[in-house]
Amino acid sequence: MRKKGKTPAQITALGKDRKTQLTLHAMLLPGTILIIIFNIVPLYGILIAFKAFRPMMGFSGIFTSSWNNFENFKQVFRSSEFWPMIRNTLGINLLGQCITIPATLIFALLLNELTSKRFRRFVQTATFLPHFISWVIFGGLCINILSPDGGALNQILMVLKLIDKPILFMGEARYFWLIVILSGLVKDIGYGSIIYLAAIAGVDPTLHEAATVDGANRFQKIWHVTLPGILPTVMIMLIFAVAGMLNNNFTQIYVMQNPLNQPASQVIDTYVYQIGLEKFQFGVGTATSLLKSVLALALLTMANFVSNKITDTGLF
Amino acid sequence: MNNITISKAVSKTADAIIIAIMIIAVILTVYPFYYAVINSLNEGNDLLKGYVLLWPRKFTWDSWKAALSDSAILNALAVTASRTVIVTVFQLFITSMFAYAFSRPYLKHKKFYAALGFCSMYISGGIIPFFLLISALGLYDTYWVYIIPSLFGGFYNVIIFTSNYKAIPASLFESAKLDGAGEFRIFLSIVTPLTKPVLAALGVFSVVGLWNDYSTSLYYTQKPALQTLQYYILKLVKSRGALEQLQSSVAGNPEIAQLFSSIDGSGTVTAKSLELAAMVLATIPMVIMYPFAQKFFAQGMLVGSVKG
Repeated sequence: MRKKGKTPAQITALGKDRKTQLTLHAMLLPGTILIIIFNIVPLYGILIAFKAFRPMMGFSGIFTSSWNNFENFKQVFRSSEFWPMIRNTLGINLLGQCITIPATLIFALLLNELTSKRFRRFVQTATFLPHFISWVIFGGLCINILSPDGGALNQILMVLKLIDKPILFMGEARYFWLIVILSGLVKDIGYGSIIYLAAIAGVDPTLHEAATVDGANRFQKIWHVTLPGILPTVMIMLIFAVAGMLNNNFTQIYVMQNPLNQPASQVIDTYVYQIGLEKFQFGVGTATSLLKSVLALALLTMANFVSNKITDTGLF
Repeated sequence: MNNITISKAVSKTADAIIIAIMIIAVILTVYPFYYAVINSLNEGNDLLKGYVLLWPRKFTWDSWKAALSDSAILNALAVTASRTVIVTVFQLFITSMFAYAFSRPYLKHKKFYAALGFCSMYISGGIIPFFLLISALGLYDTYWVYIIPSLFGGFYNVIIFTSNYKAIPASLFESAKLDGAGEFRIFLSIVTPLTKPVLAALGVFSVVGLWNDYSTSLYYTQKPALQTLQYYILKLVKSRGALEQLQSSVAGNPEIAQLFSSIDGSGTVTAKSLELAAMVLATIPMVIMYPFAQKFFAQGMLVGSVKG
């Protein structure tokens, strides 16, 4: 394709001239400005975790306000909400992952076992759908289904004579974790299964053929061929789960949270929102999110280290 | 021989069990939407007796009509739709242009841009510093807060674009250059038409994300005129939830219960049926987008996971 017999070196050199470089940097400029303003500048705001900052001070107050000797952090630990929110955050995540990861993995394995391609497509189409719907709507629908005022679940339980009067599911703290976990599972089981399906498709088919020749049945093939083949993927999902242990899905929990279920629904992310943007205690809110980020980094490093030791797979 | 027949029978039973499980999964994921549709098409007054489970008892379009003529919903729809279109178009342009320049092997100071990009991906100041920034820039409680902070699609998308650009044969760039085309010209008339699939895929993701977003309204706006559709529905859900809890706490007192149910409204359209109709209407655009999204997003995810 090269005309006029130029060597690759000369062609690369074409780009080194001043005009080309100026054009390229001009093309990078809008994105660069946006990254600097919206991603880099806010990092200075972390300073207010260590300062006596008041909202009236405005943005410049980040620099001019006085240091307050870790008072914000002390306030986080002293808060009566501190232990409940840690318990809820870890509880929802740990219990959630213990249910979600195996359920999604099993769903993917079963999906892969379906012999009819058309039925498989149909199931995938139906189960992917909720992922594209917002939590406001999906969460709102769950609230409607769980409504004590003639909601579907209460109606069914009443007909089956399992309960004699409707339960206010959203208003009782003890149901909240389960509602969050199961609604999350229903919303994302299809989407979550993609990554496992891709891994299953990547397992060497000759291994399956060899197992068939050796007389392995379906279950044995899944257990001895497919599962070991996708173990690296499962490990990576576990690392992500551990690293994200302090992260809750704010968009989901905020929709489902109400004053009655707050003892079970207040997690770190909703606490930061409430204390920061509703009560305007910016210092305490920032201190909480900073603590969370540092702990999350430590968790990620730890999970990665353990995974590298045990299975030789890791993110870094 | 006998063994084989047994194992075949076992395999058939297993197939049946798998199919049954899959059908249950499909019902669980699809039923909530079906539930919303049938209940929003049921007469509001009649809904006070309890939700319908399979089919409307008293069919009516009234709640849908009411939702479509509610000025607050129409305003929220306009805010959401305009924001979704504007941001998606500019975001794709700015991000792919950035990615093109970033992918050129002869770009000087590439390390600076890479460092900036990875920083933006992994470190964040959290919502409060961002809130202060939005206020300081004068974006708080203006329409611009929906546009300006979202104009850059994130460095992760840059990586996806870059890995797609690498698949374009180098000879194409070379001959364009020898013909005298500048970098911007190459980006616009050669690279962009060749990477339509990835533009479409990331565009679909962007549309879904923007349409479904409510936290921007929650964090950075106050004016009712700036509510997005999702935020408006969130407020409907939350206020009716609060009412329901009050109602059930006074369940023993029929007079107060009566009072509460009168707040809920009566007639063919009630707060409940309107809320459900609004939910269904807000879902329709996503359902229309869905076949495109489904087609692209497996692709998009694979590109990201293999080359990112």
